[in-house]
Amino acid sequence: MWFKRSQPGIKPQIKKSVSDGIWIKCDQCNEIVYCKQLEEYAWICTQCNFHFRIDSHKYIQLFLDENSFQEMDAHLKSIDLLKFKDKKSYSDRLKEAKRKTGLTDAIRTGRATISGIPVVFCVMDFSFIGGSMGSVVGEKIARAVDVAGNQKLPLIIVSASGGARMMESILSLMQMAKTASRLAWFSENGGLFISILTNPTMAGVMASYAMLGDIHLAEPGALIGFAGPRVIKQTIGEELPEGFQRAKFQLDHGFVDAVVSRIDMREILIKILTFF
Amino acid sequence: MNVLEFESHLHEMEENIEKFRIMSEKDNIDLNKQILDLEKRLKTEKEAVYSKLTPWQTVQIARHAQRPVLEDYINLIFTDFIELHGDRRFSDDRALIGGFATLGDQKLMLIGHNRGNNVTENIERNFGMALPDGYRKALRLMELAERFGLPIVTFIDTPGAYPGIHAEERGQAEAIARNLCEMAKLKVPIVCIVTGEGGSGGALGIGVGNVILMLKHSIYSVISPEGCASILWRDGAFAEQAAESMKITAQSLKKLGVVDEIVSEPLGGAHTNPVATAKSVRSAILKHLRKLNAMKADGLIENRFEKYAHLGVFTS
Repeated sequence: MWFKRSQPGIKPQIKKSVSDGIWIKCDQCNEIVYCKQLEEYAWICTQCNFHFRIDSHKYIQLFLDENSFQEMDAHLKSIDLLKFKDKKSYSDRLKEAKRKTGLTDAIRTGRATISGIPVVFCVMDFSFIGGSMGSVVGEKIARAVDVAGNQKLPLIIVSASGGARMMESILSLMQMAKTASRLAWFSENGGLFISILTNPTMAGVMASYAMLGDIHLAEPGALIGFAGPRVIKQTIGEELPEGFQRAKFQLDHGFVDAVVSRIDMREILIKILTFF
Repeated sequence: MNVLEFESHLHEMEENIEKFRIMSEKDNIDLNKQILDLEKRLKTEKEAVYSKLTPWQTVQIARHAQRPVLEDYINLIFTDFIELHGDRRFSDDRALIGGFATLGDQKLMLIGHNRGNNVTENIERNFGMALPDGYRKALRLMELAERFGLPIVTFIDTPGAYPGIHAEERGQAEAIARNLCEMAKLKVPIVCIVTGEGGSGGALGIGVGNVILMLKHSIYSVISPEGCASILWRDGAFAEQAAESMKITAQSLKKLGVVDEIVSEPLGGAHTNPVATAKSVRSAILKHLRKLNAMKADGLIENRFEKYAHLGVFTS
């Protein structure tokens, strides 16, 4: 019962694209920031270091060499096998998410280079049903791991997810086992996997591939954990400590190697990739 | 015995039969014919109810307070159990236990959620909601089994992994992720059985196997119906609808290919006859272990890998 799609503190949906307007109010410090300036600074608030949520396109722009991303398996699409219906049907949710995001599902995978170094790069997109992991996310990761393993390329996954996709029910839970078993094979064969945790990385995604990296890098302030804060609060009946499940908390408890500002992430990746 | 709402009329019938019996003994009247008749009607009615259980009714049976728990199975079908404690890291989780055990003439490593049989035990065992320490203990025991060539049998019965501050501090997600990854690689047979509630990652954390069995009235899901309802319907009261939508029964999961075999339960559910239930569990496990024991390590790993590789639906 602990897989949560959205949590308090996480805005369920990006309300405005950060590049839409000219000015934007920072969610954290309420400062009005100039969009152009934000864009130059990797969509980080220059006043308070708040990392605005950005989509997969922007991560591709920020971390990868220009025009190097060659997308794989973009044709894979979710289907509503269970005819799942809550307030809306899953089919309608999928249609809506596709229309709104222009994506086919919550992850994009592909080959790319970073400073000329070839990698397999996967990036989740929270705007597609909360970055939830269903069959397509699991399958795309599995295939990306295969490519990385067979071609001896480093694997990078940028996670942004509320967890497993409830509308695919048990099949989404099984994606945890699917991705983990692929990564087991990848790791045994000497593959390098860098897992980047952004806001939020929770539940089923966190309890599978996101925590199976050789190196874990987290964006500052990102909510990272297993159970959602609301569920924990309800269970224990207490307020949660300040900074609970944030990137720094995970660093202090030994679950991430470093908290890295988005503006520095590409440089850190290059450092790690050239070390090998 | 806790009476479930949808069974209340069956319970009344049972009480009537009992009354007739007492009456016939006390007043020395022959009511055998009436009793037999009532019993026949009860059986027919029970069969009718149990042949068309709704998912929500199944949830209630799966969570029934008297449903057999791991300790019952240990007492009923395992001839010995040498419990091994602790994760060698931090603590000994009481919600998830394990140790050497023998089933028939099969020596094995038994691991399972441990809910307890009464409220005191439930509390002591945290209702079967394990900490990361539990998952790490399970992994330690599984690796121990692998070194000595013992097959692994896991009993799954948990509302979910424990959602608490310490669980997060000690890396609940990492502990589960690690188990999924390591279980994929183990060189020995793994048979998992969901006996009650298979609650999401907390279930899967000991649930990666060559064969996945489910008791007929157990459930297995990505999130509890209540949790699903509170997120998607924004109201936990829609749990019944969520249970319908999520396809959480053994029958649905068998169709989806997640479960390999459904293990039968006595009419009226496992709690009405734990001995018979345990017997079915025993023969199902032994049957699959016999097949898996014939496989080599590589074959077992390949078999597990392929099983999960094929789970999921999409168009391409």
